[in-house]
Amino acid sequence: MSFINYASREINCKIVYYGPGLCGKTTNLQYVYQKTDPDAKGKMISLATETERTLFFDFLPLALGEIRGFKTRFHLYTVPGQVFYDASRKLILKGVDGVVFVADSQEERLDANIESLENLKINLEEQGYDLEKIPFVVQYNKCDLPNITPIEELRKLLNPGNVPDYEACATTGEGVFETLKAVAKLILIDLKKGGA
Amino acid sequence: MLGPQSNFVMYDEEFKRINTVIEKLLREANSKVIFLVDKNGQLITAVGETEHLDTTSLASLTAGNIAATGGLAKLIGEKEFSILFHEGEKDNLHISIVASRVILVVIFDSRSSLGLVRLRVKKASDELTVIFQDLAKKAEEMEKGGNAQSPFAEITDDDIDNLFS
Repeated sequence: MSFINYASREINCKIVYYGPGLCGKTTNLQYVYQKTDPDAKGKMISLATETERTLFFDFLPLALGEIRGFKTRFHLYTVPGQVFYDASRKLILKGVDGVVFVADSQEERLDANIESLENLKINLEEQGYDLEKIPFVVQYNKCDLPNITPIEELRKLLNPGNVPDYEACATTGEGVFETLKAVAKLILIDLKKGGA
Repeated sequence: MLGPQSNFVMYDEEFKRINTVIEKLLREANSKVIFLVDKNGQLITAVGETEHLDTTSLASLTAGNIAATGGLAKLIGEKEFSILFHEGEKDNLHISIVASRVILVVIFDSRSSLGLVRLRVKKASDELTVIFQDLAKKAEEMEKGGNAQSPFAEITDDDIDNLFS
C-alpha cells in the first residue's frame, strides 16, 4: 500500500526483506546503505539484540529520484528471521508493497528456507495479501559458499511461481542491487496499473 | 475507511486543512513538534522545531511502536491502546491514534503538561477525524468516477529504468 502525496508530490513504498534467521537480510540493507549516495539515503535503524540479531526490524529509507514530477521513496525493512519472532514479523508486513525473499543457499538451511517461505505466505494471507499477486522477488544468498544446494533445486522449491530471482553474496554486494531494482521495478509497474 | 490494500492518497486541500489543525494544536498545547504518521510508517506531515529531527526515522519507529503495542493489546483482549505516553528527562512523547488509521505524535517539554496536551489532542483528534473521513470519501468517489487514475498510469518502462541509471 503505497502513500501518494499530491501536496508534497511524493510517493512512498514499502519493501520487506523476508527469510530465515541468519540468511543475510540485514546484510543486504547494510550493503545498500554503504553504497548509496548520502543525499539519497536516510539513517539506517537496526533494532537488534546485543549479539546483533534483528529483534524487531531494520529500516532504511531511500530516495530514488523523480518520476513525472513525483519524488519516489522506498522504505526498506527487514523482519527478524528467527522462528519465535513471528508476532513481530506479522506487524512488519502491514502495508507492504513488495517482498524480497532472501534464501540461505547452504544445504543445511534448505528446510529453514522452505519453512520461512511458508510462514511468509501465511502471514501475508492474514493481512489479505496473496504472494502470487504482489511484487515479489527471490534472492539465493551466500552463493559463494562451497556447500550450497544447486540453483535449479532451490528454484524448484522456493520459486515455483517463476518470479525474478538472483544469486547473491550480500557480504560482497553481488546481486544485492539487482534484487532491489527488480522489486522496485515490479512495484512501480504495479502502481502504473493502478495499485494493488 | 480505506481497505488494507488500497493506496493512501493525500490531496492538497486536505493536506492544508490538516496542517492548519496541527499548527493550532502546536500553539495551544505549548508543544515543540507535532507530526502525523500513517500506521505503515510513512510520514504525512510535521510542524514545529523539526530542523534537527530525523522525522523519517521517527515516523518509522513510531509506527513500529504502535504496531507492537497494538499486538500487546490484542493479546490481552483489547482492541488497541489508543494513547501512549513516554516520559523523558526533558522531552516527552504523547502518541495517539486518530481515525483508527493515522498516528498523532506530540513532543513537548516542561513548558507544557501531560494534562494540557491530552486535552488539546482530544479536540484536535476530532477535527482530524473529520478531515480523514473526507479524504477517504474523496478517494472512494475518485475511484467510482473512474478518476482514480494513478499519476503513474502513464509512466513508461524507460522512466522506470532511468531511476536506476
